[in-house]
Amino acid sequence: MDFQATIDADGRIEPRDAMPDGYRKTLIRQIAQHAHSEIIGMQPEGNWIGRAPSLRRKAILMAKVQDEAGHGLYLYAAAETLGVDRADLLDLLHSGKQKYSSIFNYPTLTWADIGAIGWLVDGAAIVNQVPLCRCSYGPYARAMVRVCKEESFHQRQGFEILHTLSQGTEAQKAMAQDALNRWWWPSLMMFGPPDAASTHSEQSMAWGIKRHSNDELRQRFVDMTVPQADVLGLRVPDDGLVYEDGHYRFTEPDYTELYDVVKGNGPCNQQRLSHRVKAHEDGAWVREAAAAYAAKKEARAA
Amino acid sequence: MTERSEVTSKHSVEPLYEVFVRSRRGLSHTHVGSLHAPDATMALRNARDVYTRRQEGVSIWVVRAADITASSPDEKDEFFDPAGDKVYRHPTFYEVPEGVEHL
Repeated sequence: MDFQATIDADGRIEPRDAMPDGYRKTLIRQIAQHAHSEIIGMQPEGNWIGRAPSLRRKAILMAKVQDEAGHGLYLYAAAETLGVDRADLLDLLHSGKQKYSSIFNYPTLTWADIGAIGWLVDGAAIVNQVPLCRCSYGPYARAMVRVCKEESFHQRQGFEILHTLSQGTEAQKAMAQDALNRWWWPSLMMFGPPDAASTHSEQSMAWGIKRHSNDELRQRFVDMTVPQADVLGLRVPDDGLVYEDGHYRFTEPDYTELYDVVKGNGPCNQQRLSHRVKAHEDGAWVREAAAAYAAKKEARAA
Repeated sequence: MTERSEVTSKHSVEPLYEVFVRSRRGLSHTHVGSLHAPDATMALRNARDVYTRRQEGVSIWVVRAADITASSPDEKDEFFDPAGDKVYRHPTFYEVPEGVEHL
């Protein structure tokens, strides 16, 4: 069956199938960006491992950050099935030629931010990623199934952090509210520009890479999240929020901020990238030592 | 030819391994993904950390991707065709008279 017939029948494309150049390029760009987001996403949370308020919270946060690394690796592996090399993708990330999700360019100022990331950022990621489990490209879809299974723990642990804070002292509750105030709008931006301004959407829909529009997913996220905020006793920082015909009408975020952060002008863009490059360079000796050891062992065996 | 894209690329310093996990006793190993590692021992350790963080497996195989021989999607029609006209290999091919049981 040829490419279009497979897509039309809602079948899956596998690595060595013939595929249009644009399909391959779109997938490489999207999967790489997704992988980069996972590993850059380790930084804002890693920032609080040493300051987690209890051993339990610390163990959980470490497991979560380790999961993010794992998600990055699943995704790099999926990208590589399209004929690119992980080392090249990392070079593209490090030189700023490939992007990662803008959300990780915001700082984690308080412990409540770790709760907000789990609840809102991972919550938004789940809404984005669940439909990707049915993506037309097999290896990407399979990687997303693994990722989605693990994300639900992330979201719950975030919610639990905020729930604990919101039932604590006035100061703790205020800290939780402040985190929601700062993360709400960037979380809405995670779904990308509004449909009318989205450049890649139409073709990606036709190829079965994308299953729902940005605005559709954003609405789904808001509908899911607002009742959860009520349980937390926190206020979603949107005066325009009203429940109407089964949905929450909400105020659109300021997309000029999104474009600005994507361009590199967010609060932490430089810090995230330079930290990533430094970690890669500092780890070079480990990779070299492991390669030298493998070569030595192989020579002995020969 | 391995089960990878036809588009060739330069090799990473670390070779690519395909990872297979037996999720529990009684089941076969199933392909779960791939990873880079300098050697097979490291590949196995990395596979444990990447693919079985939640006790998803009781046994892991790692295989150098370059060592896998795979059928080509280009020739899949000719390759799998010989089975196409042998429907008599399936039990549903046979008509069973009314009332016959345990057949």
